[in-house]
Amino acid sequence: MAFIPPKETYPGRVYSVSIGTGQKEITVGGENVLSFHSFEGTVPNRPLIAHEIQDVPPTDWPESVQKPYIDVYANPVSWAKYCQDVLNAKAIALRLIGTHPDRENRSAEEAARTVKEVVDSIDIPLIILGSNHTEKDSSVLIAAAEASKDRNCIIGKAQEANYKTIAAAAVANNHKLIAMSELDINLSKQLNILITQMGFDKEKIIIDPMCSALGYGLEYTYSVMERIRLAGLAQNDPTMQQPIMGDVGMYVWKVKETIADEKDVPLWGNTEERGITWEAVTAISMLIAGAEILIMRHPKAIEAIEKMIDELM
Amino acid sequence: MALTGVEIFKLLPKTNCKKCGFPTCLAFAMKLAQRQASLDLCPDVSEEARQKLGEASAPPVRPITLGTGESAVKMGEETVLFRHDKKFVNPCVFALGIKDTLSSEEIEKKIDEVRNSVIDRVGQKLKIDAIALLNDSGSPEKFGNLAKILSEKAPEIPVILCTTNLSAAETSAKLYADRKPVIYGANSENFEEMSKIAKNYRATLGIAASSSGGLNELSELTEKVKKLGIEDMVIDSGARKAKEILEHNTLIRRAAIKKNFKPLGYPIITFAQREDNLLETLVAALGITKYSSIIVLSSIERWKNLALFTLRQNIYTDPQVPMQVEQKIYKIGEPTEESPLLITTNFSLTYFIVSGEVENSKVASYLAVMDCEGLSVLTAWAAGKFTASKIAQFIKESGIEGSIKHRELIIPGYVAILSGSIEDKLEGWKVTVGPREANGIPAFMKSRMK
Ligand code: B12
Ligand code: SF4
Repeated sequence: MAFIPPKETYPGRVYSVSIGTGQKEITVGGENVLSFHSFEGTVPNRPLIAHEIQDVPPTDWPESVQKPYIDVYANPVSWAKYCQDVLNAKAIALRLIGTHPDRENRSAEEAARTVKEVVDSIDIPLIILGSNHTEKDSSVLIAAAEASKDRNCIIGKAQEANYKTIAAAAVANNHKLIAMSELDINLSKQLNILITQMGFDKEKIIIDPMCSALGYGLEYTYSVMERIRLAGLAQNDPTMQQPIMGDVGMYVWKVKETIADEKDVPLWGNTEERGITWEAVTAISMLIAGAEILIMRHPKAIEAIEKMIDELM
Repeated sequence: MALTGVEIFKLLPKTNCKKCGFPTCLAFAMKLAQRQASLDLCPDVSEEARQKLGEASAPPVRPITLGTGESAVKMGEETVLFRHDKKFVNPCVFALGIKDTLSSEEIEKKIDEVRNSVIDRVGQKLKIDAIALLNDSGSPEKFGNLAKILSEKAPEIPVILCTTNLSAAETSAKLYADRKPVIYGANSENFEEMSKIAKNYRATLGIAASSSGGLNELSELTEKVKKLGIEDMVIDSGARKAKEILEHNTLIRRAAIKKNFKPLGYPIITFAQREDNLLETLVAALGITKYSSIIVLSSIERWKNLALFTLRQNIYTDPQVPMQVEQKIYKIGEPTEESPLLITTNFSLTYFIVSGEVENSKVASYLAVMDCEGLSVLTAWAAGKFTASKIAQFIKESGIEGSIKHRELIIPGYVAILSGSIEDKLEGWKVTVGPREANGIPAFMKSRMK
């Protein structure tokens, strides 16, 4: 029996979305096949890994992932520049965690100032994230979007409870928008529809179906991402053809496996390598499942993922 | 090719005698086409039809067992391409590669690493399942020596004998006769002799295409080997780069499942070894998610194992049924009538994290685990399964009131909101809100002791 490769062609295609400006502008998406399936279609762009930084020192991050940034994290600008200039980051994700009411409760104005300083100090694309407090994020992200006007950032996350204000801010200041729902393809689709019904361009949305760490619900995120991608490609569903984002670092660097000291769990091996591996393995799973943009923390995990992408492209 | 119900019907006796338990031959044929019935149910089917149907109704990826006895592992039998369609069946096998250029001490050290690789996670014992013997020296003597050490010191560990050298294959296979090893190394030059060896020692044969020949060469090879009477094979397309592994594994699985293309309907073996250990881990992760049945690694550090075991566990769980534990009152340590009582849900992950932390606190306790269809605390709460009235009912019916003197229930911090309504529904009880994260439990328990 002769072997005929059973290749798939799909009617749908993931939208190409560009972020950033000038020479460092980056495009993600654009493929008409599943992740890295270049043998049966076109995969014009590499997935994008953004280095996560925050507006306040990351004292709540585990030591292994604080360490690489210890000399720069006191100031978001020096942190961002370090990622760009020394670590060759392709994009920065600035999380305004300090605005959370249970944290430093920084004001929207303070957050906007930080955003402006960071965006002015780098030329790579910027992703601006709120603190995931739905109410506070509305005001913070409006101010942040204005402070970075016309720099073609990604802002978010817009959720069912606050998408209207955040989407309006994205439109007014020429940004892309993250639409986040909770691990359910129907909720994700519904949120995209709600956002586009406001007149928001569907090709300027980034889907965040909610990430989860290896061992802590990864299989749910994995399958939701695969299903979203298949709905976009095979069923040609225009509300499911946006690039997908995975907010990896935030979920990974709080689970026990990335924190526990080897002395307490000798069977788990070296703490630092374990944490880096946890982040990298979570990340590669998300990329294989369909993510085009990842937000990550540890430079070594990012470096390994970039190498792996080289091998996959 | 998979046969349709009508095609199958044409091969049946068409007497509608009902002995198969179905009202008509056609109804039975439809069930066969959906792989929901076995041909054995029809006593009157002709030999010729049996042969034709047997071929067509065999699982698309052949089931194969590696090793024997308690440490035997099953491979293959997969039926879908995506885990959301249906559970992936047999988790991939991890094999540590051991080179025959190592000294006996080094070899024994590696055996110990494999033996000591067992990690408990969410109630499952996870481990490195097998050893792949690598004939890096090219010398049959050295390979034979490695096989001898392994078969003597670690007879229970399943092996993959990787060599293209006939005499090396023969000597090592002899040591593992009837222990279901894989002899990996049948290629277009040696497959006839390799098939003989595999047949003699009842081994599974590993088929290796050249990297240029790929899937075409691989399909031809498996067909030729099958004609020589070998049924059990594992296959390697020669892919080593991640891009090719993804491409070949995908095409193999699709051909087997969607086209029922028999020449590629075998478990896949993937060699993930890399200089860069973290990159190797990621290539192995690709193998786990994308259809490899055996993944050969160059080293098995504990941090690496933990990550790979966990990913394998995640990918191979049933997408419809979360892993769960039995509803009951679990004893941690040796609790007395004064011991604290905590409550949580029956999602395996939740149970194992919480019981582990209660254990860490060194305070003997009762842990009430309530059936919430395997959902985590917050998910169960959001889904209306972990509610005040259900908790109250569970506590009352559990009989715990007979085992303890106090009437205090400690609830997870994330559902603090339930405390008042539980007190309303559980008369005479006091509800205490515990910490949100389980890792706060030891400190919480200690502070209560004072
Ligand atoms: C995976 C997941 C799912 C999976 C289910 C997985 C499962 N088996 O439970 C799926 C996709 C099915 C799902 C569905 C839903 N989900 Co959900 N889900 C999650 C997610 C991402 C992880 C849950 C998890 O596995 N946690 C890990 C376990 C170990 O945590 P845990 O059980 O809470 O245990 C911890 C603590 O509570 C504590 N603890 C536990 N027991 C005890 C006991 C004591 C005494 C103490 C002191 C401590 C303690 O220790 C543990 C470790 O620290 C969370 C978000 C998140 N990151 O937490 C959302 C989350 C729980 N889901 C949420 C929601 C709303 C839902 C849905 C209602 C919505 C939807 N998407 O359709 C449905 C409901 C389900 C249904 N109707 O069947 C919300 C709940 C919001 C809220 N605060 O009420 C969350 C928090 C998401 C969010 N908004 O951020 N979900
Ligand atoms: S037992 Fe065989 S012959 Fe009788 S009804 Fe069933 S399929 Fe037809």
